[in-house]
Amino acid sequence: MKRVLENIENQFEMFQILNEKGEVVNEDAMPDLSDEDLKEIMRRMVYTRILDQRSIALNRQGRLGFYAPTAGQEASQLGSQFALDKADFILPGYRDVPQLIWQGLPLYQAFLFSRGHFKGNQMPEGVNAVSPQIIIGAQITQAAGVGLGFKKRKEDAIAITYTGDGGASQGDFYEGINFAGAFGAQAVFVVQNNQFAISVPVDKQSAAQTIAQKAVAAGIEGIQVDGMDVLAVYAATKEARQRAVDGDGPTLIETMTYRYGPHTMAGDDPTRYRTEDMDSDWEEKDPIVRFRKFLESKDLWSEEEENKVIEQAKEEVKAAIKEADNTPKQKVTDLMENMYEEMPSNLQEQYEEYKEKESK
Amino acid sequence: MAQMTMIQAITDAMRTELKNDENVLVFGEDVGQNGGVFRATEGLQDEFGEERVFDTPLAESGIGGISIGLSLTGFRPVPEIQFFGFVYETMDAISGQMARYRYRSGNTRSMPITVRSPFGGGVHTPELHADSLEGLMAQQPGLKVVIPSNPYDAKGLLIQSIRDNDPVIFLEHMKLYRSFREEVPEEEYTIELGKAEIKREGTDVTLVAYGAMVHSCLKAAEELEKDGVSAEVIDLRTVSPVDYETILASVEKTNRAVVVQEAQKQAGIASNVVSEIQEKAILHLEAPVLRVSAPDTVYAFTQAEEVWLPNHNDIVEKVNKVVNF
Repeated sequence: MKRVLENIENQFEMFQILNEKGEVVNEDAMPDLSDEDLKEIMRRMVYTRILDQRSIALNRQGRLGFYAPTAGQEASQLGSQFALDKADFILPGYRDVPQLIWQGLPLYQAFLFSRGHFKGNQMPEGVNAVSPQIIIGAQITQAAGVGLGFKKRKEDAIAITYTGDGGASQGDFYEGINFAGAFGAQAVFVVQNNQFAISVPVDKQSAAQTIAQKAVAAGIEGIQVDGMDVLAVYAATKEARQRAVDGDGPTLIETMTYRYGPHTMAGDDPTRYRTEDMDSDWEEKDPIVRFRKFLESKDLWSEEEENKVIEQAKEEVKAAIKEADNTPKQKVTDLMENMYEEMPSNLQEQYEEYKEKESK
Repeated sequence: MAQMTMIQAITDAMRTELKNDENVLVFGEDVGQNGGVFRATEGLQDEFGEERVFDTPLAESGIGGISIGLSLTGFRPVPEIQFFGFVYETMDAISGQMARYRYRSGNTRSMPITVRSPFGGGVHTPELHADSLEGLMAQQPGLKVVIPSNPYDAKGLLIQSIRDNDPVIFLEHMKLYRSFREEVPEEEYTIELGKAEIKREGTDVTLVAYGAMVHSCLKAAEELEKDGVSAEVIDLRTVSPVDYETILASVEKTNRAVVVQEAQKQAGIASNVVSEIQEKAILHLEAPVLRVSAPDTVYAFTQAEEVWLPNHNDIVEKVNKVVNF
């Protein structure tokens, strides 16, 4: 029995292109990206790190509501998103707001999502995504459905969805990848293994040595990727996307990553379950530091350029918060109007009552 | 016109919509080549192909999830949950997800899904096949819940449900599948959701029912007639939203009402009806509104169905209480 497990685990060695020093360790796997693409990826990572810092600060000031920190996961979130086409459909988890922003969700709407305003969830026309999923696992079965829909319509598009290491213990996680496999759905499933589900470490989720190997249970391809290496995440997602649209089935990608911040800003205190050693080990793997070194070695990045991005991010955050502040308050009648195409009799009756209240 | 059983009328409705709209997809456990465990989808895969009518893996939550995903890509899914007792497996997909999608997306996404599922007692099914769980669904904003009691309604309501752009739970009582035939037009027609039907006019008491209990009410009404009590029988047809207008008009006429359901007293939707009547028509009432329902136990073991399920005698008894109050 032991041999079976070892044989399986050997199939899931971590895929890496850049090491922690920013050196290319896997030249053959190097994705085809222009200098401008490489710089754009760096800009997005820096921007997103600043966005995280500002979001935490704004949350502490009470100017944002629900917020799940993203620092540390920039390579995992943005490397995978950068591999997508506009036609691809994102089904994010609650921590995956950055992917939505880079797919086209205006920043002020992301802030409205955080605050709890329906306008934050209204994806602009052409942004193929739904708002962040709070029920862990639900996005996985839905992604199988979107991926099946694309297959039925013979579209050159995939569904991509994200969950965390804890999420891989859900029934819907297994059902979703299994349905996608059985139907040959055009879908890519990303598990961002940031080592903790709130306070529970990944080794308490499962005896499986990798999450990527859970793909075996669905009979689909699985790959474990260095989630702090943006080039590896990009390359793995790009390939998985291609396989999906070529009719070769879905892929499960496990990105090995880390969240530097708390689980959410709702009172979670990571010092209760994480050691400083662990934090500093992972800080050495910082995806931005690593990629910066790589770009600097190619003369593609400078401090000046980075500062420009930082300033731009801060200004845009300020403007977006202002725009969120200026969004009209929600009325009960708005909520009622969004329930059905045609209001049923009970709602019609209540609508009249609230219309009356609101007119006073 | 053709003589059809309810199950044939249901098949006919799906055939009609598969023909009308290429976005309609029918899927679930054994609905493809097998034609469904009750033959509800018989012949549909042969006629429309595996792309339109297909089997799924055995996982209700996954079925709910792919219904949502297919809606997001513009399809009109008609999934089947083999028995509604299995809805617990997919409560999140239904109540936590599809019911809320239009709202949570600020009216930018819709879920034109019709979940078909058999339920109902009296046919000696094993555990968790017959449970009446419509009450759970009726409590979820964003859903409509439809329960036909006859072949004609089943076809018209199912076509309308499939065309509705919001999720509809369409519950099919197993005992009614083949218990009788009636004339059903071969052409397409629809019945508006949320509209009840008066199945029998009366002047002394209003009986509000749905599903198999409609027939028990009609039988009770016949017996009551012999004793000189004239019962008006209302078939709700849609249990969420309820057509209170029809109920209230009837109660204002009869001044007495009994609400009849197969579900346990603490379940179902009878309490909603009673509340609405007392809120809106208390001055018209000559007696309290009583309920006929099953005892508040887990659904009966097969051999205890006869003593446990509400029947026409229970209805007659309650009506007599109301009339002699």
